[in-house]
Amino acid sequence: MRKTPLYEAHLRLGARMVDFAGYLLPLQYTAILEEHLAVRRKAGLFDVSHMGEFLIRGEDALAFLQWATANDAGRLKVGRAQYSMLPNERGGVVDDIYLYRLEEEAYLMVVNAANIAKDFAHLRSLAQGFRVELLDLSEETALLALQGKEAAGLLQGLTDLDLSEKRKNDVFLAQVAGRPARLARTGYTGEDGFELFLAPEDAEAVFLALLEAGATPCGLGARDTLRLEAGFPLYGHELTDETNPLCTPWAWVVKREKAFFGKEAMLARPCRERLLGLVLETGIPREGYRVLSGGRPVGRVTSGGYSPLLEKGIALAYVEEGAEGPFAVEVRGRAVPALLSPLPFVPLK
Amino acid sequence: MDIPKDRFYTKTHEWALPEGDTVLVGITDYAQDALGDVVYVELPEVGRKVEKGEALAVVESVKTASDIYAPVAGEVVEVNLALEKTPELINQDPYGEGWIFRLRPRDMAHLDELLDAQGYQAVLEGEV
Repeated sequence: MRKTPLYEAHLRLGARMVDFAGYLLPLQYTAILEEHLAVRRKAGLFDVSHMGEFLIRGEDALAFLQWATANDAGRLKVGRAQYSMLPNERGGVVDDIYLYRLEEEAYLMVVNAANIAKDFAHLRSLAQGFRVELLDLSEETALLALQGKEAAGLLQGLTDLDLSEKRKNDVFLAQVAGRPARLARTGYTGEDGFELFLAPEDAEAVFLALLEAGATPCGLGARDTLRLEAGFPLYGHELTDETNPLCTPWAWVVKREKAFFGKEAMLARPCRERLLGLVLETGIPREGYRVLSGGRPVGRVTSGGYSPLLEKGIALAYVEEGAEGPFAVEVRGRAVPALLSPLPFVPLK
Repeated sequence: MDIPKDRFYTKTHEWALPEGDTVLVGITDYAQDALGDVVYVELPEVGRKVEKGEALAVVESVKTASDIYAPVAGEVVEVNLALEKTPELINQDPYGEGWIFRLRPRDMAHLDELLDAQGYQAVLEGEV
């Protein structure tokens, strides 16, 4: 089991640790609900050092990324970031990623922890013939996520750089609590916030300084309820090697006007399912529960849980193309009515 | 973990408190702590007859759903309706306000088959 540079700090804070993608990470420090609401109302701080980071650089870096990713990396100016995906050869998704343009010919790709080895092997195989260097920096990168309405104000107290000039998806260098950091105005909660890329030896000092400044430490439990409420996909659930992203609410990521690896297979692959957001009248939907229409199973929940803001059970679910509501979710043998919801499930800025 | 000595326990982390010819049933402090924030409780119907070990209620936390089993055979005579509006009572007061249902055991003597506080403590030590 691997530990992040903040492992000891988590234990001192009384975190309940769990195994996630081979890393020991905090599930919660106090309670998931409390941490969730801290992010929605003030500011929460997550250790997401398990995430993978690849550096991609060289004169063909852009050409390579245009080939390997589905979004248009050519739109990225230096200092900007975008959400993207790595398509596979059969119209599915190797991983969903975030791509940051650091310099003219240098990009940082953040990938899911469980996919680090798979993604890196995939990218290497695609890199043949491109003048590009791929480096896996996952082991030497700590990553914190400071999220919430008060994140910017709180972080501003620890850096001389004027954060008010920074927009969503900006990436830039700054000193935070006297330590060098790469900051990005990005996150996975639906709130404003920043992600901080740090050297492992600087991570604890910055983590503790942010807590001292008033951020609430938050674990993976709240990270999942926050992303679900925000209607974001989680790889392995809403997106997999077999999911055609064109058949999802995230089809906007795929830019058909450019060439990319696996494009023809993706375009040729018909959509047999579509993704819905569902809100239950009672009870809590969980992954794997069946979705019913007229008493007939027409789909399944891929992510389900409790929305602390709605105080109701919510789910992301795939149903057969053509299936029509009203829908229900089968909870322990009982068909519980489920209302369609737009994503995100809750109003977010 | 708090384990009151006035009641019986199961290996599946229910407690059973005898009151006259009935028993009050809930989940232990250990169980509520392991579940985390309880956000929904599915209560059994009053009048339902259950066998020992039968699942008859469900406690859902943010993280997971957990079945609650009948500690002894009997009939459900009352349920804690307060949990419909305030399921967090299970976290706040697992041995008191957070009780889940009341059973009338087929035979009160069946309670003797359950663990006492010391026996439950030993179960927890085995789990840790």
